[in-house]
Parts: sequence; structure tokens; C-alpha cells
Amino acid sequence: MIIAFDELKTDYKNPIDQCNTLNPLVLPEYLIHVFFCIMFLCATEWLSLGLNMPLLAYHVWRYMSRPVMSGPGLYDPTTIMNADILAFCQKEGWCKLAFYLLSFFYYLYGMIYVLVSS
Amino acid sequence: MSNTAAGYNSQNGEGKPPCSNGPIQNPVMTQAPGQGYNTAAVTMHPQHMPAKAPLEQPAGQYHYGCYQSAPPASMYQGPGQSAPPVSVYQGPGQSAPPVSVYQGPGQSTPPVSMYQRPGQSAPPVSVYQGPGQSAPPASVYQGPGQSVPPASVYQRPGQSAPPVSMYQGPGQSAPPVSVYQGPGQTNMTRPPSRPLQPHQGGSARIAAPAQSSTPPPVSSNSFYPGSQIPPHSHWPYGTSPPMSQPSVGSPANHVTSAPSQPSGYGIQNSPPQGPPAPLNSSVQPGQPSGYGIQNSPSQGPPAPLNSSVQPVPGAERAHIHNSFDALESGGRNAAQHPPQMGRAVGLSYPSLPPGYQNMAAPPSAPGMQPRSQPYPAGAQSFQQAPLGPAQLGSALGGMSLHQSQPPEALRAINLLQERNLLPQGPVTPPVPCLPQDLQRLNCSPEVFRCTLTNIPQTQSLLNKAKLPLGLLLHPFRDMSQLPVVTSSTIVRCRSCRTYINPFVTFLDQRRWKCNLCYRVNEVPEEFMYNPVSRSYGEPHKRPEVQNPTIEFIAPSEYMLRPPQPAVYLFVLDVSHNAVETGYLDTVCQSLLDSLSLLPGDTRTKIGFITFDSTVHFYNLQEGLSQPQMLVVSDIEDIFIPTPDSLLVNLSECKELVQDLLKGLPQMFTRTLETQCALGPALQAAFKLLSPTGGRVSVFQTQLPSVGVGALKSREDPNQRASAKDIPHLTPATDFYKKLALDCSGQQIAVDLFLLSGQYCDLASLACISKYSAGGVHYYPSYHHLHNPAQVEQLQRDLKRYISRKIGFESVMRVRCTKGLSIHTFHGNFFVRSTDLLSLPNINPDSGFAVQMSIEENLVDMQVVSFQAALLYTSSKGERRIRVHTLCLPVVNSMADIFAGADVQAITGLLASMAVDRSVTASLSDARDALVNAAIDSLRAYRSGGLSVQQPGLVAPACLRLLPLYVVALLKQKAFRTGTSTRLDERVFAMCQLKYQPLAYLMLMIHPALYRVDNLTDEGAISIADRTIPQPAILQLSVEKLSRDGSFLMDSGSVLYLWVGRNCAPNFITQVLGVPNYTAIPQTMTQLPELDTAESTRTRAFISWLREQRPFYPILHVIREESPLKASFMQHMVEDRTESALSYYEFLLHLQQQVNK
Repeated sequence: MIIAFDELKTDYKNPIDQCNTLNPLVLPEYLIHVFFCIMFLCATEWLSLGLNMPLLAYHVWRYMSRPVMSGPGLYDPTTIMNADILAFCQKEGWCKLAFYLLSFFYYLYGMIYVLVSS
Repeated sequence: MSNTAAGYNSQNGEGKPPCSNGPIQNPVMTQAPGQGYNTAAVTMHPQHMPAKAPLEQPAGQYHYGCYQSAPPASMYQGPGQSAPPVSVYQGPGQSAPPVSVYQGPGQSTPPVSMYQRPGQSAPPVSVYQGPGQSAPPASVYQGPGQSVPPASVYQRPGQSAPPVSMYQGPGQSAPPVSVYQGPGQTNMTRPPSRPLQPHQGGSARIAAPAQSSTPPPVSSNSFYPGSQIPPHSHWPYGTSPPMSQPSVGSPANHVTSAPSQPSGYGIQNSPPQGPPAPLNSSVQPGQPSGYGIQNSPSQGPPAPLNSSVQPVPGAERAHIHNSFDALESGGRNAAQHPPQMGRAVGLSYPSLPPGYQNMAAPPSAPGMQPRSQPYPAGAQSFQQAPLGPAQLGSALGGMSLHQSQPPEALRAINLLQERNLLPQGPVTPPVPCLPQDLQRLNCSPEVFRCTLTNIPQTQSLLNKAKLPLGLLLHPFRDMSQLPVVTSSTIVRCRSCRTYINPFVTFLDQRRWKCNLCYRVNEVPEEFMYNPVSRSYGEPHKRPEVQNPTIEFIAPSEYMLRPPQPAVYLFVLDVSHNAVETGYLDTVCQSLLDSLSLLPGDTRTKIGFITFDSTVHFYNLQEGLSQPQMLVVSDIEDIFIPTPDSLLVNLSECKELVQDLLKGLPQMFTRTLETQCALGPALQAAFKLLSPTGGRVSVFQTQLPSVGVGALKSREDPNQRASAKDIPHLTPATDFYKKLALDCSGQQIAVDLFLLSGQYCDLASLACISKYSAGGVHYYPSYHHLHNPAQVEQLQRDLKRYISRKIGFESVMRVRCTKGLSIHTFHGNFFVRSTDLLSLPNINPDSGFAVQMSIEENLVDMQVVSFQAALLYTSSKGERRIRVHTLCLPVVNSMADIFAGADVQAITGLLASMAVDRSVTASLSDARDALVNAAIDSLRAYRSGGLSVQQPGLVAPACLRLLPLYVVALLKQKAFRTGTSTRLDERVFAMCQLKYQPLAYLMLMIHPALYRVDNLTDEGAISIADRTIPQPAILQLSVEKLSRDGSFLMDSGSVLYLWVGRNCAPNFITQVLGVPNYTAIPQTMTQLPELDTAESTRTRAFISWLREQRPFYPILHVIREESPLKASFMQHMVEDRTESALSYYEFLLHLQQQVNK
């Protein structure tokens, strides 16, 4: 996703195409995240769940405040080229990437810890 | 080589936008619908039986009887045919079958109608199978189903059972026979029509050898008509005697080539063009032969079979590569030419005496000598040229602004004490502090303006100054003088693709340094020759380097496809509500009157669609005795009933078009249909135009209620005056936006005319224009009887709208010096990349704003430059590039930044930003942002720019009007709260704020008020034997009005003449032509032409005001108690209203905030 925005900024990729490729990916990402949260809930992993709750809330807010669109997704080709929005989307992408990476390692650590201790 | 090609790919947006949104996709898309339908239709169906039934019949047998006999039974009586009420309306006096979908005025549906359709669709298929496919222009025939792909299109509705009905002509006076004349005529007319085309092709061929006979002169043909070009002249098309080229060798060549094409590209390809031309359906009369040429290498041979105007995409692409190769090698070729050959330059100064034109090239042109050059003339100057920046620096240093006396712009003014801040005349933009020779070359502020004429060195400095940095552009403005250059190679920077401009530096005779990216480029050989002075070795005197605004006639590598013809489609609402307003009369009459003024050439096409709850198409095919109406009532899945005769060549079918325009208003007088299917009509328009692109003009009178894009009323009238936030400024659906993006991809622009008294949800509808680079015109409560002023307004607007210049399939790229970057664009367009706007149409009445930010510090730069390049296809089918370049100094102190602030440009940009804010956030947010902008900038001035602290509210002289403009903006319809404002009017005002050019925008924000009852000739200016008095501009406050005077308010689109109760009787009798005050009529929109000095003066002044703008403002004469008084008084922005602060109170508020 970050790569995509970078492409948009530097390269001359058409914003319509870019939004069309990105938009269908937004909901699956959110759903996977929700799925993880539910799994944590089932496993009563309160710490992990607590770590993920802010992001979940952010996702809900973000999707609620999306522009008027008929299809799923977040990104509107007519506004995406606005420098502020583009910068925001890029920053959002980086932050999420960092968060997902860190939490991946944390989950890995947790899994190994559980495996070793059991 | 490949490297450069890649450079083109990535950089050359205008030439070749790589995104699929661009025109390159068109050929593919063009084919798509037809194919789609084909495949759908291939699943066979009983309807093919009638199509084949008359197969054996020769064409000659298509007489009436024939139709009656054969097909109907098989067609509609057959099983499985129950659903579709497909009927063809024949005419009056026929009986009606119950299936009729459309009830025409006073006419009924005939049983005859049954066989009309097979008659049209089926038999010709068989007959014309061969020729119909091979020679598509033979689409003279009437029926939709005649040529093969159309047949499939047409059958599909039959299968999927949407009701299709055909309806013959508006007047219905013709005997039924006339219909059958169609096919008969087809046979008759088709043969003649074919010889016609060979003839056209032939003429092209004649031109071609003429050109190729003298190839070298043409290879770098440069026209420089110079400053004498009248605003609308499309130069090379003008008949050429005055332009006949003086210098080299071949006047004949120029004469032959000039009328139809820039001869630069005539040569290389013209020979291959010859043979296929006669049969090539895509060769239209009068089309620039570059068009044919582009096709010719790849498409020439198959052309006779090519039914579409569009080339095959693959071939197109391949050809583009060819042409890029050609460009590269072409440059080399030119370089290898001996200079005498390579620079066969046709130069023309149309208005110069012939003697001058015939002069042999002297080393320096007499015509140019009066202009002092920025560079010392002669080749020696190149030794000094590299020192240019240094000189510049010292020059700037010498002008340092805060040495001894602060300049006038920085004079501190206490706003609370000085009341009379308005200048006597119009507010003039500040002049950038550049050395005079550079400033003289700078772009006109009417075209290109920057909010800060002194650019801050760093972003932090800009943030400190709290002023917005941005550009305001009016790129396609009607120019009174515009140099046009024809050149086979357009000199551009290799890395950033900047066009060469007056602000580049010539390092020596062979190299120039780009002023945007600082790359050193080579000067191409042919650029060494100066067509103006006709001398060699003076590239810095070329017109490109002498004019900040210049137009190039682009060679073929700037085309992704052959230049499109001018295509106009009118989409008219004919529902009951629309007919009630009576707008059809006005529109049709205006169109009839101005039909010949529509810009275009012989290829110009026109079409009409009307809609209520169904969509009606009009078959205007040449050979029909009268227009034929096709009704598609399947609005859920709209389709084009017949592909090639709905958009017709204007010159060939002018009579039919005129017939239709005359008949159209009467056709729907008794309609009872109240529903309105705007969405499907727009989809149909999109499908109809997508092969070519063009302009759609939509006239809409009510909320779309059926089909896709239907909207619901969202306005609560009780909330109109709400002081709280206004909801529903955002679109309710994204249908219009998506459609606009599709349109933009197919080079279609949609202009919306909204004539409605009720709420129409303009916030949603305007999207169709906003993203397709169209315009929005709004006539609230339009009615032909109740509101005559609006009728006149619409007539005047339409006249301008129809006749104004237009550019098709255009893109605009804004480039700026490295370090600056573009933040946001404002206006009507689609942003396709960070600096590229896609503008399916460009018109002279649209403006743009660009917000800039400073990404890297501009420390070692003295000046920065901005370049806006607009690539478009003129209505004559020429590809042109208009380039504007602006150069501004860089400063590093707050005082200098404030000294260069352009208060009008700042206001314009703030208004655009506030509109964005009110859509994305909320209206109150936007209002706060406006107030804060004023507070912040004054506070920044107080803390940073002011040397001596003063009491009160201090502003620099150049920003003294900012608080006034901000308070005016807050009282605009767009942003005001507390006053009852209809949502549509608010949204319309927002649209206007976004896309109007600055000059008209300022009048809208802050109208000019003049006292006109005592006009004198003192200080008058005289233009063309007329003396125009120049009264002073008054403040917009009721205190300036007096009962014994009369005042003219100019708010851009409307003029109000307010007459006081005790106005001098002299004025009332001599100017208004009525005996006394009480005799002034309630509605008066015209001043009588009286032969008195007062009347002459007043009328001269008003007409002078009107001439300054494209759209004609209506004059309303209002008395003190007129109903229009409220709309006059709402512009009194300095006064206090129930819900808004007065100017003085606002200043006190500012003072409080600033001094906090």
C-alpha cells in the first residue's frame, strides 16, 4: 500500500487505477484485523487485544468517515492527489506497517514462549 | 535513445499521458460497446428471422407495399415477442395500438408502425452487407439496424425486451411515404456521397505533392504572426494572403498548406496518404492532413474497411513510437541539414505592410528593433550571458526593500482609523521586484498571478508570514495578442520537459540552462535561426524566448490519436416541469441563431438527446426528410439505438438540425410526464460521445427522479437561515462523480445548465461538471413569463457559451522550479498526476488556482519560475500548446514577503480553500478558517514585518483590503449563515468561487459601487470614439447611498441601478426616460436609448463595464422599495446585518485577536 502511494506520488500512475486496485483491499485488511481481535478475545489474550483495540477503533472511525462512495473502499480518485491526503495516506500506511510488523513478532514471541513453556 | 524515450514516457505528460485514463484508451473503449452488444446479440433470437426474411429482395423494391407485406408478422406477431412494445411512430392520423409507449402530440400509433422497424432494420442488412461494412460513410441510410454492428445493437433490446419505439419527426406533417423514402434515398444518395469523399481526399492529395515538392523549406516551418492577431483568430486557418511567407523560396507551398495544416508535418507522410484517402472514411473534409497522415503508415491500406474514426489501438501505439523515433531522428536530420536548408522559416506579421514581408532576411528585423532586448544584441553577448544571475543578484540587492524608506506597499496603515481604503479605480496587482528587463517579459497578471510576488526562501518563513502561497491561472483567456509558432521541434528541457521560455539562461550560443531544473541543454540547430529577424545565431531572440505567453502548433508526437473533431451534444430536459418553464424555446432559438457560430470546422458534429422518464434520441441522418425521434424507455440499461446517425455532421445536416430546433419546443407542449431520468440520459450521452470526446450541454430543471442517479430532496427549508452548520454540501451519491471520471477519460466535458425553482441537489449534480472540466450555470426560478430578466440572461449566456472558443482533449501541466511543489489544485478538472490536470474541454471562462508549498529551501536562487502548459485540440482540429511562464524573485525577509503580497490573489485562493474546507469539514470551520487567515497574517505582520509598534489594527498597505475582502467573503452566499440562503444557491456560489477567473471572482466577492447620477467627463477615458466616464468606486455601505442620487452596483454577473427616492428628476427623465420616480417600472432591465448627454454617458459606462467580461450582465433598475432591493442590499458587505458583523466590528474583533 505504501508502495502504491509512493507510485502515485512519484510515478505517473493514474489515480483512478490506483484507487481501483487499492479500494478492494481495504475491507479485507480490516476484516482480517477484526478476525485477529476476535481470536484474541476467544483466547482471552487481553494484552494483545488491548494493543489492537485502538487500531480497531481507528478502522471503524476511518470507514465511517470515508467519502461518499458506492463501492467498498476508502480512497477517492478525485481527492487522493491532494498533497495533504496523499501524505496522510502514506503516513498511515507506514504506521500500520510498523504496527503489524511489531505485533507479528510479538505474536511469534508469544507463540514460541507458550510452546516452550508448555 | 531508449533512455530518451523513457524520458518521454515519464515526463511528457501532455504528449503522452501514460495513464489509461488518457485518450490512449479511447480506441479500445470505442470498440468496446459495440462488441459487447455484438456478443450479447449473437445469442440468437427470433428477431433475426425478419432480418433475413427480405434477404432476397433487391434494394430497389423497397417501396411501401413491400414493407406492408413481409416482415411484420414474423416480427411481432410471432411467439416470444410479447414483451417489447417496439413501435415506430409514423405520423398523425394513424391509429394507435395499445403498446404505444410514447404518445406524441396529437398523434397515435399506427399499426403501420409494426413494419417500419423491420423495414428499417432488416432488409438493408442484407442488401448493404457488403458495402455497408466496407464503406461506413454510407451510413446515409436511415435504419439503425442496417449496418451490421448496429443491427446487433438494435436487436439486443428486442431480446431483453426493453420497449423501443421510433417516432418520426417533430412536426409529423410528412406523409408516411417519407419514411420509406429513407432507404430509397439511401440508394440514391449513397453513390453521390462517395464521389464526394474521393474528392476531398483528392484535394488532400493535391496539397500533398505541393508540399512534398519543396520538402526542405517546410521542415522547420515557423510562423510568427506576432502581436497583431485578433483574439479569436485561429491563425493558420485564416486565409493566408497577409501571412504568405516572406522568406524562403516557396510561397506557394505555404499558401497551399497553411489553410488546413501546419505544414511541418505535411511532408514526411503525405505520399502514403494519397492512395487510401479517397476511400478512407476517417478522412473528413478540411481536416488537417496531419490527421490523415498519422493514420497513414499503419492504417492507410485498411482504411477503406475501417468503419470507425478511431485507429486500432495497437497500431496507434505503434505509430506513436514511430513518431517519437521520428522526433529524435528528425531532430538529427534537421541538424544535419545545412542551416540554409533547415531554417526555411515562414514568418509572418499579418498586419505588416507587404513590403516588409517581402524583404529578404536581414540580420536584424526592423520590426523587432523597437523592442529593447533583455540581452545585448549580437553574438558577443553570450560572453556575458553566464553572468546573468550574478547581475540579477546585484540588481535585486540594489532593490532591497528595507533599506531606507519602506516602500508604499509596506506603509503601515491603521485600519481602524483610515476609512477610505478603496482605491479610486480597480485594485492593481503588485509588480514583482525583478530587474526591469525580466519584468517586462513576465506573464500578464491577468493570466498568471501569484499570491506572493516575492517568494519566501523557506517553508518556515512562509509559515511565519501566514499567507497562502499559490498561483491563480486563467490559461485559456481570450488574448488580444498571442504569438503563435509553428515548429517541427519544440525546444524543451531534456530532463524536466520545460518549454523554453524567456527566463532561461543561454550559456553560450549552443547551450541553454533550464530555469526550472537547471539542466544544461543544447540548442537545436533550427532554433539557431530567428524567424523574427530572419537571422542566424541568435536563439535568444526567438519568439519563444521573447514572449512569456506563446502558443505552439504541436507536431504529431503531441497527439495520442488524430485530433478529434468538435463534437457538441445537447441534452435537454423535456419533462412537464421543464416545458412549464418554457426554456426550450429560448435554448432552441439561441441555438438556431448561433448555430453558425459554433466553433469548428467541416468535421463538426452535433447531436441532441431529450429526456423525461425515457430518453429520446434524434436521428438526423442526411437524407431524411425530417428528424426522426427514437425513444428508449429502458432507462435501467441504456443503449444507443443507432450508432452513427445520432451525431451528425453539422454542415451536411444543417437543415435537419434546424428543423429539429424549430420543432422541438412544440413537440412536448402537452407532455404529462413529470419524471426525469437525468442519469440515464447522461449515460447515453457518454456512450454516444465516447468514441470521439466532445462537449455535452445538459439542461436540467428538476431533481432527477428515476433511473440511476436519482436523487432525493435533502433540503429542509426551515434550516435555510440556520446559523448552525449547513448540512448536505457534499454529494449524496457518487454516481455523477464516477460518470464524470469516465467522461474525463473519454475526453467528454459536461456543462450543466440548471434552471429550477426548486431544490435540485446541485451539490450532487455539479460533480458531473466539476470532474469533467465543465461549467455550471444556474438560473434560479427560471420562467419564461414570470422572470423575463432570466430569460434574457440565459439568451446572452447561451450566445457567449455557444460562440466562445473551445479546446478539446486538453491537459494542463503546471511546472515550477525545483524546490517548490504543488500542494492542491482548485477548479474544475480531474487531477491525473501531481502536476497534471486532465481537462476534456477548456474554455476561456474557467480559471484555476494552485496551492504551492516549498519543499526545499530556495537558498541559492534569486528567482523562481512557474510554467503552465496547456495542450489542447482547437476546434479546427489542430493540436496546440499554450505556454505561460511567470518569474518571481525569492526573498528572505518577512518585510519583503509582505511587500509582495497580492491581496486579490490571496482572497481568491482563500475562497477556494474555504470552499474545500466547508465540503470536507463544515461551513463553520471554513468561516473560522477565513477569519483566522486574516488574523494570522495581520499578527504575523505585527510581530515580524513591523519595525515600530503602533496602536490599533495595523496592516501593510498592500494587505489593507484583506479584512474587507474576508468580511465580504463571509457574507457571500457561499459562506453566510443566518441569512436565508437556498442550498442550491449556496452550492452554486461555491462552484463559482472555485472556477471563476480571478478578475470576475473579485467582482463577485466585492462588487463595485459607483454613483452615476452625476457622471462627468472628468477623468474619462476614451476608447474607439466613445468617452467613458470613470466614477470613483464607493464603499459598499448604505451610508454611501443617498436618497438623492442613483448608484450602479457591478457584481460581475448582475448590474443593479439603484435609484433613490429623491433622485434628481433630471436623471430620471434624461436617463431612465420616465417622467418621475414613481413612474419607474417595477422590473426594468434596459436603459432607453435617449439622445441626451446623461443617457449617452451612462450607457457608455455600462456597456464599457459589460465589455470587460465574457458573460453579459443584466441590468436591473431598482427603486427603493423594489422586491430586488434585498439582493442589492446583500452586497452591502460593510454594513451590519442581523446575523453578521459590520466591517468595523469585524476590525475590532481582529484587533482584539491580533493584539492578544
